[in-house]
Amino acid sequence: MPDVLLDVQDLVVHFQVYGGYLKVLDGVTLQVRHQERVGLVGETGCGKTTTMKTIMGILPKPPGVVRGGRILFKGRDVLSMRPPELEHLRRSGISMIFQDPTEALNPVFTVGEQLEDAIRYALGKRDHASVREVALSALQNVALPDPPRILESYPVQLSGGMRQRVCIALALACPKELLIADEPGTSLDVTIQDQILRLIHRLAEERKMAVILISHSLGVIREWTERVYVMYAGTIVEEAKTGELFARPLHPYTEALMRCVPKLTGTGIAEGIPGRIPDYFDPPSGCRFHPRCPHRMDICRQRKPQLFPVDRGHRVACFLFGRDSHG
Amino acid sequence: MRRTRIGRWWYKFSRNPLSVVGLIIVVGVVFCAVFAPWVAPYPEHAGPYVNYREANQPPSLAHPFGTDIFGRDVLSRVFFAFRSSLLMGIVVLSIVVPVGVTLGLLAGYFKESWIDILIMRITDIFLSVPPLILALAITSVLKPNLTNAMIAVSVMWWPWYTRLVYGMATSLRNEYFVQSAELIGASKFHILFREILPNCVSTILTKMTLDMGWVILIGAALSFVGLGEQPPKPALGTMVADGAKYLPEYWWISVFPGLAIMLIVLGFNLLGDGIGDLFSLEEA
Amino acid sequence: MDELLVVEGLRKFFATSRGIVRAVQDVSFAIHPGETFGLVGESGSGKSTVAYMVMGMYRPTGGRILFKGQDITMPHARRPLVLKKELQIVFQDPGSSLNPRRSVREILELPLRVHRLVDGRKLQEKVEELLNLVELPPDYAEKYPRALGGGEKQMVAIARALATEPSLLVLDEPTSALDVSIQAKIINTLVRIQKERRLGYLFITHDLSLMRNIAHRVAIMYLGRIMELAPAQVFFERPLHPYTQMLLSSIPVISEEEERLKPAKIVSTGEIPSPVNLPPGCVFHPRCREAREVCRREEPGMREVEVGHLVRCHLYGA
Repeated sequence: MPDVLLDVQDLVVHFQVYGGYLKVLDGVTLQVRHQERVGLVGETGCGKTTTMKTIMGILPKPPGVVRGGRILFKGRDVLSMRPPELEHLRRSGISMIFQDPTEALNPVFTVGEQLEDAIRYALGKRDHASVREVALSALQNVALPDPPRILESYPVQLSGGMRQRVCIALALACPKELLIADEPGTSLDVTIQDQILRLIHRLAEERKMAVILISHSLGVIREWTERVYVMYAGTIVEEAKTGELFARPLHPYTEALMRCVPKLTGTGIAEGIPGRIPDYFDPPSGCRFHPRCPHRMDICRQRKPQLFPVDRGHRVACFLFGRDSHG
Repeated sequence: MRRTRIGRWWYKFSRNPLSVVGLIIVVGVVFCAVFAPWVAPYPEHAGPYVNYREANQPPSLAHPFGTDIFGRDVLSRVFFAFRSSLLMGIVVLSIVVPVGVTLGLLAGYFKESWIDILIMRITDIFLSVPPLILALAITSVLKPNLTNAMIAVSVMWWPWYTRLVYGMATSLRNEYFVQSAELIGASKFHILFREILPNCVSTILTKMTLDMGWVILIGAALSFVGLGEQPPKPALGTMVADGAKYLPEYWWISVFPGLAIMLIVLGFNLLGDGIGDLFSLEEA
Repeated sequence: MDELLVVEGLRKFFATSRGIVRAVQDVSFAIHPGETFGLVGESGSGKSTVAYMVMGMYRPTGGRILFKGQDITMPHARRPLVLKKELQIVFQDPGSSLNPRRSVREILELPLRVHRLVDGRKLQEKVEELLNLVELPPDYAEKYPRALGGGEKQMVAIARALATEPSLLVLDEPTSALDVSIQAKIINTLVRIQKERRLGYLFITHDLSLMRNIAHRVAIMYLGRIMELAPAQVFFERPLHPYTQMLLSSIPVISEEEERLKPAKIVSTGEIPSPVNLPPGCVFHPRCREAREVCRREEPGMREVEVGHLVRCHLYGA
């Protein structure tokens, strides 16, 4: 596909621990096209953040170790990049904003110091005046009121929403082609989170950026993405256009997850999903969801299902929807 | 590969190879101290022994650390000196830790009450006196011997534990699990010793391990000026002092005991790091 | 009246270096046995402060709290032991509400020992019973919190709260830090236990969709005041206060059906003001689309617009 910006193919990542390895990522495959807004939904521990860190080249290794797969960004394999290329990648290619803005900002430096640092690094500018100009306009772009005052402030003096905007300004100090937003606004109030997501959406449109929006909230995914990947226990289990996923969730996990979300209709909440997330040290054989799946069959224990195409752009990693070449 | 509990502990401990080095040194020193009568080549040299014909011999195969002015084998005496060193460390810490920790818990939990003020001001007073001076003052008033040296060091050492635990207790008392225990109606004793203290143990144990080295060093300083274990019982500091007059000719009489002191402190320091790692809450 | 908990005119001010924080002002409500009373609001609304005052963790600056008719407006330390059995709380963060250095058994035994509810050998049985109540396997008793997932830790916290067989449980955002599938399990467990034991719940959350499915009556708080209070169905189907409408219009939902139930989208502008610098008049007026002259001058009082439905807003003639 000519317009694919990011192509992650069958990524396998393990973490070294006492007595062996945690087999965290078990073959993650996803793509992001230019200017596309893609969602990645999954619960705690499914490997979303590990995947993103590997894409950015910031996976701590050790204990992390990449066991297989490729990550192609504009055709170049991130996994085989040397540090200077990785720096270039982060400077003008991909940027990431993290879940907790309080932790992402250094409390002992002012916003101005951190922002100007990022700008000098990203754009290579030296003189104080032009760096300050860029900083001020960066803050304006994220709709922060009174940018000069914000520059002088310390992160602790700002509200959660403002800190998150500062993080966005930091991430986009230099134009990027892909923004990874890891649970943006999750720790904030719903009205503020709404503003943040709206801001990200606007910036993506203005700057022609692609976005990977990671969230464990299905509602957020539904409102702000065009295409979704559902992740469970280190692997992608379903992929579809957003509208299609919510209208017709096919994978048993996706279905179960949707039933667990409290509905405004007041019709009660499902019982939850039996079992717990797998132990990555000794994960289930075959399909990692099979111990908790109401539709499991023999083959589910024996082999891992690949993503079978069901409809245009809708693929499901489940033997209910296809068989591989072995049967 | 089976994952056992002990295996997990070893994994956490040995991530830093230096911790293992520390463990080896400490085990070695303890072994030599405990089994000195059997391990030392000339155990009788640790007592009243004189043989002027063998005096001031440089290090050789028969005497790896040489002999001193009375003809005593320095190596054997070092092994026996380990005994008083380790004893000092153990006794001092046995007194200082329970006292210091309890005071710290009380002051920290009851922060901003009269208990806090009373305990912490007394602690401040003790901390403001230069430690060695305090120890010297006490031992010179009392008869100079190992017991009194231990008392002196204990008196100056306890405030460090109070300070350490005070800091931890003040922040831990705001944790939700402590508040939950209070809301359930648990007694103050329970909260101090069963909720807060277990969360301080790893830091305390690490400090205790490091302190073994430092207490031994202070003990050596005291015996260097003649205020610790009295002759003819061997003590590392005393041995350094005795040999100091004969430097640099008969260097081995001072240098080897000095190196022994250094080795002990190093060993406990390295071990202390490992203990800290062992007790950390991360899963292996 | 068989009210379990009555809160009247509750107030809490904090004196800080930046000024007086009026965290809670004029809060009144009642909870009955077997009822879940929901308190919803954004950060700074004072909902947790109300909960902490009910538990006695904060001393109210004004107002009264009555439990089964008895005045309990006193700090926790002064409350009789018997009272500590009756009211229990489950905190938001399961990670910090369980002592990492104590096993599940020790954690669950504590309330049993303190209140001498069970003796010696029966202790082990009772611990197993509690684990069973929250659907955790008995071998979890020997585990330490770090071996448990977030949801399981919270289940232990709930089991601990239920150990003394309280009549009222305060739940302060019990599932906010958890995944949705785990939240589902916990909520269902809580509802089941409530039915079995006719417990009263004071349930606090910022998640309106969750509130819709668990609360019998709901109150929404903003900057220390209750802005609207109504039975759940009425609250969600006919919200009257502009703030309620604004909040309801911004919640993310996952189906068309739910979209239709939401009020028209009101985009909130600006930040939530800090409780130190409260706006004059109605505290919500700076963010309110419907704000009028009177709203800037005078604070509205609570008014019962229909049976059981109270609103604090000049639009309804308060």
